[in-house]
Amino acid sequence: MKLSTYNFLTSMAIKGVKVGYPLKLTINKKDVVETEFNPTFVERLLPKLDWSAVYGAAQVAELADDIPAVQPENIAENELLLQKLHHLLFEVDVIEGQLECPETGRVFPIADGIPNMLLNEDEV
Amino acid sequence: MSKLWKKYILWFAQEHVDFRLAEFESLSKLFGFKFQHLSDQFLKPFWLVEFPNDETALQFASRSVALRAIFELYAHGQTLHAFHERLRNHVESHPAKVEAHFGANTSFKITVETYNKHFSQREKIDKIETMNYLPLSGPVDLKHPKVEWWYIEFWGLDPTAVPPVPDDILFGRLLAAGQRHLIKDLSLKHRKFIGNTSMDAQLSLLMANQALVAPGDLVFDPFVGTGSLLVSAAKFGGYVMGADIDYMMLHARCRPSRITQKVREKDESIRSNLKQYGCADRYMDVVVADFSNPLWHPRVSFDSIITDPPYGIREATEKVETKVTVKEGTRNSDMAHYPSTSHYALQQLYADLLDFASKHLRIGGRLVCWLPFHREDYSEATLPQHRNLQLVANSEQLLTGQTARRLLTYEKCSQTEPSDWSVPPLHVATPSEDFRDRYFNNCVESRQDRRMRKAEHREQGRLEMQRRGKVPSDSRAKKCDLNKSRFD
Repeated sequence: MKLSTYNFLTSMAIKGVKVGYPLKLTINKKDVVETEFNPTFVERLLPKLDWSAVYGAAQVAELADDIPAVQPENIAENELLLQKLHHLLFEVDVIEGQLECPETGRVFPIADGIPNMLLNEDEV
Repeated sequence: MSKLWKKYILWFAQEHVDFRLAEFESLSKLFGFKFQHLSDQFLKPFWLVEFPNDETALQFASRSVALRAIFELYAHGQTLHAFHERLRNHVESHPAKVEAHFGANTSFKITVETYNKHFSQREKIDKIETMNYLPLSGPVDLKHPKVEWWYIEFWGLDPTAVPPVPDDILFGRLLAAGQRHLIKDLSLKHRKFIGNTSMDAQLSLLMANQALVAPGDLVFDPFVGTGSLLVSAAKFGGYVMGADIDYMMLHARCRPSRITQKVREKDESIRSNLKQYGCADRYMDVVVADFSNPLWHPRVSFDSIITDPPYGIREATEKVETKVTVKEGTRNSDMAHYPSTSHYALQQLYADLLDFASKHLRIGGRLVCWLPFHREDYSEATLPQHRNLQLVANSEQLLTGQTARRLLTYEKCSQTEPSDWSVPPLHVATPSEDFRDRYFNNCVESRQDRRMRKAEHREQGRLEMQRRGKVPSDSRAKKCDLNKSRFD
C-alpha cells in the first residue's frame, strides 16, 4: 500500500464510527519502489489529500524531516518539496503492517502490500 | 472559413459497430477538436468527415481503437464515371497537392481495397490503370513508400446481396493508422494475470476512451478483479486504483483461469500486469473492500471511474452480510476470519455505483460501466439515473440471443456537498429485475430439461440403429482399421 492510498482510507463503515480518520498506521515491512516523478500529477493530487494525514504518514515512515507539519502555500512552485512528496506518497510501499480505526481500535491488516478493509458481519 | 476545412475518410473495423460513434464523440471531447459534416450512415465502415486540419485527424487516430485508418479524401462518387470525373478535377485544381505528393522524388504505392466483394490481383491492377490520368511521376515502392494511395470500392454491407455496381468509390492518401495494434499488444492471451471475467483488450480500450482517460488522470475501478480495465487506462497515461471484495483474487491465489495452468504463479498480480505493459509507474494500489460500505475519504475525487460490475452469471454479486447475532465461540482473535457474503441485488449495486460516482468524481469526470439486459424488456426509461449524472453514451453489445449488455457513460454535471451526502439522492435506479434469476430460469426450457431431452434423443437414435441391424461403430477403431488397410 502506498501512502497516497493511506490518505484516502477511512473506517467510517464501522457501526457507530463517525469520522474514522486518520487511521493509525503501523509499518512492519516496507519497500521503496522507484517510480517516475510526475510533478503535475502530484500537484493535481494535492487538493485530494489531508495534510495532517500526509504528515502523520511521514512520521511513521521516518521521513518527517522532509515534510513540514503544516501545509505550506504555493507547493506547486517548490519542486524540491514536490519531489519529496512524490517519494513519500508513491515510492514508499507498505508490504506488511496494519491500519487501526482511531475510534474503535479495529485493526485492518496489510498483507503483500494490499490492505484488507473488509468488515465482519456484525460490524457493519 | 469552411473553405479551409478538409475532408477525410475514416475507415472503421466492422465490429462493435454500436460503439464507434460514441468513441468518436468522446475523443472529440477529449482533445477538444471540432468536426463537421459527419456522414450519417454509421453502419458503414467508411465515414466521411471534415476536420479543420491534419493535426485533428492525427489526434483522432492516435487514440481511436475502432479506427483502422484515416485518409485525406481526394474524391468519391456513387458511380465510376462521377468518381473519375471528380478525381481528375480535384487533382487539376490542387497544384500544390500535386507538387507535394506526386513529385518525381516521392515514392508511392496504391492499395486497392474492396469491401464485400473479392477481386483478383489482375482485376485490382486494372482498377489502378483506370486512374492513368493521375500525374504520378515518382517511383513505385511497395515496401516503404513515402505516400500511400488508397482506392476503395464499397460494395454494400450484405454479403448475400452484393449490388451489381459499387455503392461508393473513394480515393485518398493514407494519413495514419488507428490504434488497433493495441488490441494485439494487450491481448489476454499473453497477459500474466487473468481471471474468468477479464475484459478483452478491445472493449477495455474502448472504455478508457469513453472515460476520457488522459495522462495524469486518477482512474478507479471499484470491481477491479484482475485489473483488465486498469491496464488500458494506464496505457493511456492514467494513474490507476482498484478495489474488490475478493481477497483471493487480489492476492492471485484463486484457481487459475487458463486450462493449461495448474496453480497461480507467485508473481501474478495486477501490478505485474501493468509492469508487463510498461505502465508500472502508474500503478497506485488495490484494496480489498466491500463496495456496499463507505470507505473513501470525502475529499477523494477521481477523474474517471471505469468498471464492469458482477452480474451474477460468471462472477457472483456479493457484499458482506449483515448479521444481528453471532454464534458464541465461532471466532477468536488469532483465527483468520473471512466474513460471509450475501447476495448484492443488481438494482442496489447500480444505485450504490451511481451514488458513489456522484460523490467521488470531479465535475466533468465520467463513469463508464456495463449493464446487462434481457433484450425484450430494454427501454431507455429503465436505465439507472442520478440527479448529478448525465447519460452521454449508451452502446449495446449482444451476448446471447436474448441478452445483451450496454456500455453506459455518465458525466458528472453537478455536485452535492459532503454535508448533504446523508440526504437520499433523487435517483430512479430500476434496471431490469433480477438479471441472474431470469438468465438461468426464464429460458424456454431449463437446463435439466434440455439435458434429459438430448439424452432421450440419443437413446432413440441408438435403438433405431439397432432395429435396422446396424452395429454402432467406434470411430476410433474405424480410423485404426483404415490406417492398417493402407499398409496391408
